[in-house]
Amino acid sequence: MSLQNLRAIAAIYKFELHRFRRTWLTGLLVPVITTSLYFVVFGGAIGSRMTEVDGIPYAAFIVPGLIMMSMFTESIFNASFGIYMPKFTGTIYELLSAPVSAAETVIAYVGAAATKSLIVGTIIFVTAHLFVDIEVAHPIAMAGFMVLIAVSFCLFGFILGIWAQSFEQLQVIPLLLIMPMTFLGGAFYSVHMLAEPWRTITLFNPIVYLISGFRWTFFGKGDVGIEFSLAFVAGMLAVCIAIIGWIFRTGYRLKK
Amino acid sequence: MASIIDIAGLTKRYASGFEALKGVDLSIEEGEIFALLGPNGAGKTTMISIVCGIARPTSGTVRVAGHDILRDYRGARSAIGLVPQELSTDQFERVIDTVTFSRGLFGKPRNDAYVEKILRDLSLWDKRHNKILELSGGMKRRVMIAKALSHEPRVLFLDEPTAGVDVELRRDMWKLIGELRQTGVTIILTTHYIEEAEEMADRVGVITRGELLLVEQKTALMKKLGKKTLTIVLADAIAALPPELSEWDVSLHAQGHEIEYVFDAQAERTGVSSLLRRLADLGIGYKDLNTRQSSLEDIFVSLVHQEKAA
Ligand SMILES: Nc1ncnc2c1ncn2[C@@H]1O[C@H](COP(=O)(O)OP(=O)(O)OP(=O)(O)O)[C@@H](O)[C@H]1O
Ligand SMILES: [Mg+2]
Repeated sequence: MSLQNLRAIAAIYKFELHRFRRTWLTGLLVPVITTSLYFVVFGGAIGSRMTEVDGIPYAAFIVPGLIMMSMFTESIFNASFGIYMPKFTGTIYELLSAPVSAAETVIAYVGAAATKSLIVGTIIFVTAHLFVDIEVAHPIAMAGFMVLIAVSFCLFGFILGIWAQSFEQLQVIPLLLIMPMTFLGGAFYSVHMLAEPWRTITLFNPIVYLISGFRWTFFGKGDVGIEFSLAFVAGMLAVCIAIIGWIFRTGYRLKK
Repeated sequence: MASIIDIAGLTKRYASGFEALKGVDLSIEEGEIFALLGPNGAGKTTMISIVCGIARPTSGTVRVAGHDILRDYRGARSAIGLVPQELSTDQFERVIDTVTFSRGLFGKPRNDAYVEKILRDLSLWDKRHNKILELSGGMKRRVMIAKALSHEPRVLFLDEPTAGVDVELRRDMWKLIGELRQTGVTIILTTHYIEEAEEMADRVGVITRGELLLVEQKTALMKKLGKKTLTIVLADAIAALPPELSEWDVSLHAQGHEIEYVFDAQAERTGVSSLLRRLADLGIGYKDLNTRQSSLEDIFVSLVHQEKAA
């Protein structure tokens, strides 16, 4: 990649981070407040009745799920907005007329959105430390997993932003699909706690594998084996990249 | 002069099935100002969008500065600055940031002095720290021009640059375009204001319903298609045109003080001398004569009418 291409990537990346900075206060306060609320409600109220899950104190048990949940929504919202807004305001003309390749465009937009969701994930992790003691079993794997999740959900959000033709369409997938799937995906409980047939049904929810994998990096165990979780993330990355490749080849909803 | 843009057999069929361009061939020479004239929906924006990479061609080829717009899009797009018809800006960004962004997006190294020069030339320097939403419509259009110029393009597309701009600003815009040409930038503009093409363009292309009807040097075009109007200032006002003049295309003006005669300047017999003889026979005296070339607007209207009749 030449210097010229790097400059273009840097320009978009900086532009996007600048957009986030305009709302940095709410952007950072919201995760801190919601995390605290979850700890008060789940950690405090429920945790006092249900002290341990799979041998892990309940308050600590929900931390990976909390981080994942916020990162899912942050990634999707940031990445989808980043590409939807230029389409909506018409400023996309400049991107389309610039000497920038599809790969560079995706790296810049997804990179910026992923950066923000990694920041949010880290803030939640730090906030959680105020409430519970957590020792992370595999810190490097944890960081790596966060990056993978941020990138794959930002890619997904990028696709969503290109597909969406209204603000409603932009919101419908994260609110009506991802949120419920996350709640049902074991963010606040272990799949083992469910009775059949729910336990088997739950295993069809891809989010289970993601949260389980992230929980494994914390406690060395999850609902399913870490290899399944990694396979799922890899699969999601591959599918998103394939779809984005197709979008740019055909100009789908980008070019007339 | 060498051509900087070569368009050959360009067609565009939109997803709706509408055929917006029906085989356009056009060469733009480096350094010229080319005006693309046509009524609403003629295909001007469509053509520009394809050259700039915003729309996909259905068939045909386009080369910009020797680079094919599909196979070598980087080379082609690096050479182009585009100011689209619609005002679309990042409202919350500051003027200077959005211009700097454009330069980076086109892969150029940061150059604050150059950006300052552009903003000064466009009288935006004082507003550089303002958010775009705080600017007037004309200023926003100039911001879009600044963005297009920020990466030092060789070709500048201006899609209706003076739409919604007041008379004074329009004059400024013309001046600016003239100055840009001095620096060697090729300019292609579309417009509905014929006076704009007349004022600035070296060559004019007339497009209607997806077809380029003609491309001519502006002066040649006006000579070739131009009608002339002869104004005869009468010594004494007359109440009505005498029936003896009915074989000429004449009309009475200025409360009976002037007769106007429209004639084809290229015709073998213009009818001017016979008209003047007839006036003398009728005893109508005159104290002044002058002729004037028809404007591009007249030419344009008659061309489009011819096309519709055909
Ligand atoms: N995305 C689209 N889908 C279908 N048809 C389109 C699309 N964009 C433009 N057209 C049609 O193509 C034709 C040419 O449009 P274009 O915008 O190129 O005209 P124009 O010459 O720029 O007109 P104006 O002077 O009004 O700007 C019009 O009939 C228009 O309705
Ligand atoms: Mg147009």
